[in-house]
Amino acid sequence: MNRLEILKTYKLYINGKFPRSESGRYYTPEGADGKALGNICQSSRKDLRESVRAARSALGTWAPRAAFNRSQILYRIGEMLEGRRAQFETELKRQGSSAASASKEVENAIDLAVYYAGWCDKYQQVFSAVNPVSTSHFNFSVYEPVGVVAAIAPEQSALAGLLGTILPIIAGGNTCITLASNSKPLSAITLAEVLATSDLPGGVVNILTGDRKELLPVFATHMDINALVASDLSTTRVAELKQASTHNLKRIVIHQSDLSKQEDPYVILKTQEIKTTWHPIETSIAGGGKY
Amino acid sequence: MAKSSTTFRYDYAQSPPVDQVGIAERAARFTTRSIKTSTKREGLNMVLNMIDLTTLEGADTPRKVQQLCYKAGHLHDAIPGLPHTAAVCVYPPFVKVARKALGNRSPIKIASVATGFPSGHLTLEGKREETKRAVGDGADEVDMVISRGRFLSGDYDYVFDEIAAIKEACGKARLKVILETGELATLDNVRRASDIAIHAGADFIKTSTGKISSAATIPVTLVMLLAIRDYHFKSGNMVGMKPAGGISKSKLALHYLVMVKETLGPEWLSNEWFRFGASSLANDVLMQIAKIESGGAYQSPCYFSQD
Repeated sequence: MNRLEILKTYKLYINGKFPRSESGRYYTPEGADGKALGNICQSSRKDLRESVRAARSALGTWAPRAAFNRSQILYRIGEMLEGRRAQFETELKRQGSSAASASKEVENAIDLAVYYAGWCDKYQQVFSAVNPVSTSHFNFSVYEPVGVVAAIAPEQSALAGLLGTILPIIAGGNTCITLASNSKPLSAITLAEVLATSDLPGGVVNILTGDRKELLPVFATHMDINALVASDLSTTRVAELKQASTHNLKRIVIHQSDLSKQEDPYVILKTQEIKTTWHPIETSIAGGGKY
Repeated sequence: MAKSSTTFRYDYAQSPPVDQVGIAERAARFTTRSIKTSTKREGLNMVLNMIDLTTLEGADTPRKVQQLCYKAGHLHDAIPGLPHTAAVCVYPPFVKVARKALGNRSPIKIASVATGFPSGHLTLEGKREETKRAVGDGADEVDMVISRGRFLSGDYDYVFDEIAAIKEACGKARLKVILETGELATLDNVRRASDIAIHAGADFIKTSTGKISSAATIPVTLVMLLAIRDYHFKSGNMVGMKPAGGISKSKLALHYLVMVKETLGPEWLSNEWFRFGASSLANDVLMQIAKIESGGAYQSPCYFSQD
């Protein structure tokens, strides 16, 4: 007897939950074989607003969390990805990848998780500095997360590119709202299922699917988003974004390199800001004094 | 008018029973109204003008009260033309501070909680004393709590007499009677307590202290509004309503306004007859207004004064 086909409903990932778009809208992208990939939520500006609210409140627990614990959670993401390799490969193939490149991309994605897991508790010690100053101060600069970050995932590399964009952001203690690839959204939503089972607190990563043209201006003007990260935008689009985001001096980061393969700690620093502390000391040894 | 129990006594058996299912259905319908564009903007201004900006914390200090008073008159100076709030609401020891900060001619009223807020466990003499002192210090309004323990044990006469006694102690100040509906258990009790308070001389009836988790809800407020309406039909007198606690979002506040208009009529849509007791509502409304003014950019709480 033929079984009825069970199709998966692809939904959004906001605040650790899987809601549909509040707008009720959806779109139906086509896969490589010309068949529909599924009914994908077309997020509205209100979905975006809810995501920012979730990300802002999650920042309160994610940023001050012990760096080592963040590292453990990122590694756990790698473990969960490993267990779902077959599913990710199938979806990548439906989205147009060859068998070989799908397998390679999933491997890349897992490696990225392990790589950035390692950097969570190291980037601050490696890149922070004790600064020489000529007064009697102990002066040091440390990296701190900028806050809530919008991540526009690359259109083509649906899994590794997405992870390469968001992992450096959350490794550095930020929370993020990511807009998945419009034409290849399946991997992003399945990734949400991975994140939901990786001890990652709800709201640290929120995943939206939908139309870039509609949502980019909302990202840019939202006063509660501190930075926006993207990689494959046209120069006119970037100029528009920069102009629209001046009201809260949002940082716009445009990556030039291919984040799906890039294992690079400097990417973490793109969504960090530097706090410099001047700590007075009574007598300096260099000045010949005594303690 | 204050009525002593010897001259007039409200017959508590007259309080009609409340149709809980009907109230829930009616209440749910208010939340489906969609209020947009210029109507929304007007509504938000009205909400701001109806807020009793409140600080009722153990950690309150005179400076904090001063800051609250400043905020009541300067909600967000970046947007010109915003109204001031209706009142500030503080603990009795801070009434003097608030009066000094606002001056004698301020349109912003000073409300003081009294009568052993929030529990209400104080001797009647102590309650009268506290009320008189607050009014003497410059309070325009007194928010009293009823004795819920007495009410729940059926001692309605005591509750009535107590409200009448505090009303007398208030003198010219307007009296708001807090029923603390979260502790009254049933809507029938809410209705009965509302009727007692209204007949004992309350100028306003108020849902909650904001100190317990179950605070103002739309169904409870509706029951109280209906009590006000029935009294108005019978006597022609108006009584004010103040939902307090748990109203922190503009959308919900607008739904309350819809409910007031459709239950009592437009006469009640002013801060003389309707108030919101809230601390965080003002900032949410301001963020909504700033969003409209900016052409639709979602706002961040970082850019609004935290009180």
